Amino acid sequence: MTGRTVLTVAALTLREAARRRVLWALGAMTVVLLALSAWGFSRIAAEFETFTSGEAVLVSSMVLNLVMFGFSLIAALGTAFLAGPTLAGEVESGMALAVLARPVRRSAVLVGKWLGLVVFGTGFVVVAGLAQFLVVQVTVGYWPPQPVAGLALLAAQTTVLLTLALLLSTAISPMASGVVAVGLFGATWIAGVVGGVGEALGNEGVARVGAVSRMLLPTDGLWRGAMHALQDASLLAQSPAAFEGHPFLSEAGLTPAYLAWAALWVALVLGLAALTFQRRDL
Amino acid sequence: MATSLDAAHRLLAELPPSPAVWCSGLRKRYGRQTAVDGVSLTVGRGEVLGLLGPNGAGKTSVIKMLLGLVRPDAGEVLLLGRPAEDPRARARVGYLPELFRYQPWLTAAEVLALHVRLAGVRVPDAERRECLSLVGLASRAGDRVGGFSKGMQQRLGLAVALVARPELVVLDEPTSALDPLGRADVRDLLLSLKSRGVAVLLNSHLIGEVERVCDRVVILDKGRVAASGTLDELLGRRELRLLLTDLTAAAEERLRATGPVTRAGDWVTVALPAQDDGTAVPDLVRDLVGLGARVHAVEPVRISLEQRLLDVLRAGSAGPGGDRR
Repeated sequence: MTGRTVLTVAALTLREAARRRVLWALGAMTVVLLALSAWGFSRIAAEFETFTSGEAVLVSSMVLNLVMFGFSLIAALGTAFLAGPTLAGEVESGMALAVLARPVRRSAVLVGKWLGLVVFGTGFVVVAGLAQFLVVQVTVGYWPPQPVAGLALLAAQTTVLLTLALLLSTAISPMASGVVAVGLFGATWIAGVVGGVGEALGNEGVARVGAVSRMLLPTDGLWRGAMHALQDASLLAQSPAAFEGHPFLSEAGLTPAYLAWAALWVALVLGLAALTFQRRDL
Repeated sequence: MATSLDAAHRLLAELPPSPAVWCSGLRKRYGRQTAVDGVSLTVGRGEVLGLLGPNGAGKTSVIKMLLGLVRPDAGEVLLLGRPAEDPRARARVGYLPELFRYQPWLTAAEVLALHVRLAGVRVPDAERRECLSLVGLASRAGDRVGGFSKGMQQRLGLAVALVARPELVVLDEPTSALDPLGRADVRDLLLSLKSRGVAVLLNSHLIGEVERVCDRVVILDKGRVAASGTLDELLGRRELRLLLTDLTAAAEERLRATGPVTRAGDWVTVALPAQDDGTAVPDLVRDLVGLGARVHAVEPVRISLEQRLLDVLRAGSAGPGGDRR
């Protein structure tokens, strides 16, 4: 019974995303970003004659990470603004009443929504990311060393943020939950950059800001892992100075412990969301 | 082993079916406001129960607690014999909320398909289409709900409530957005549900509607049950209006012996005894004529449900000494 509810609601959520304009808006933004990056990379390619091969790879890696950050931002914004209305909006409008009066568990409905959003976010990241890799391959001939791991980590980052947005939407209004989730996402990213600067300067206190924020909301940690998977592996040995405090290059990959923490974080937040939703009067 | 199980099944099958709805001592507070205060009610299988009461009496809160949409602070609910905390209790329940809205990005047919799947029943396509045509939406089955008017959405809500072969249908203000024609349709629908033995809990402001279709009525006021009973019990008091002249003292005495009398000019209203084998009225008229009174008109008066509702609510607001329950 629960499994059927989860799958039915997940399919419904995907259909909503496809039929509402979200998909078209995301598609349009993606095409614009792809076109811009294609133009940018072709300009870089034109300058390559003046670069050493090491410099060329460094610039390609950095710019690819920058563009991928753009995609992760689109994915984050898209799913966070989908996750808010899909739950809080349906409760507010009364759409949830008829559905939840069926023989379904609220937690199953919530997990169904989550699953639908995860599939949607992952699908977007994979399609847009692969398109971007192709653009870079065609323009400057660079192919990331671990494309699958990179895309998986980006999808995980999207999942973390939409789980948070879902939790917020069980308690606050639809728009507010989207805004708060994206705000926290941005704040963690900035905290990560600040932490990187702290490490570069050897200031432990400042470095800890990044470490703590990466534990509280794993989006930035996963993003750094994704960057590491997408940048050329020989870079760190060649030009270690470039990495110090750099927002679009990452010194180290992710530890299994951190990945486990991110998975546990998602499970905990989803569980908390289910608990809040279960107790809510409609 | 098998035979003893069979015996147990037979025993269970022979038990009278549990009521469609049974709730006891439901209580709900929102902040400082007590919305529902100790409501108990029962809807028998195949029975149509009307829920009446002024705005803010707690009718919708009671309905939402029955369906597990609002958590009661106290009290118990059984739906079709199962505790309401168990989602399976709602497997055979159809619900039209007061605030009705359906996925605007789906078509009417898709909304029905979704609800059938969530209910976990198999309903063939033809039956779903029939359900839509029952509420007058057959020609709009393939249209997106986003383009529907309020009235059409409420009709769709009725179809949603009916599509998964319910044994209990809960309708919260089912005609609030409908035109007079739509209201008549809903009345026919309710009567057809009644004839098929489907239990209905109906919350409606339209007293005429309730009076016409309901077997029993519960009147809620300030979160409590102010009165309840069958229509005959609630409207049991019958009266007789007579236009009399040349009324003698003996004739007046005869009137008072029948029941409480009120006078307005030559019009006399007398309450009839509750126990009556049909002789009270002709006997009274014969005696009055015999005692010298001239009888110009005799009219039986039946109290309307509306009048009774207003009486109950006014008695309730007069103070706690009113006739509760």
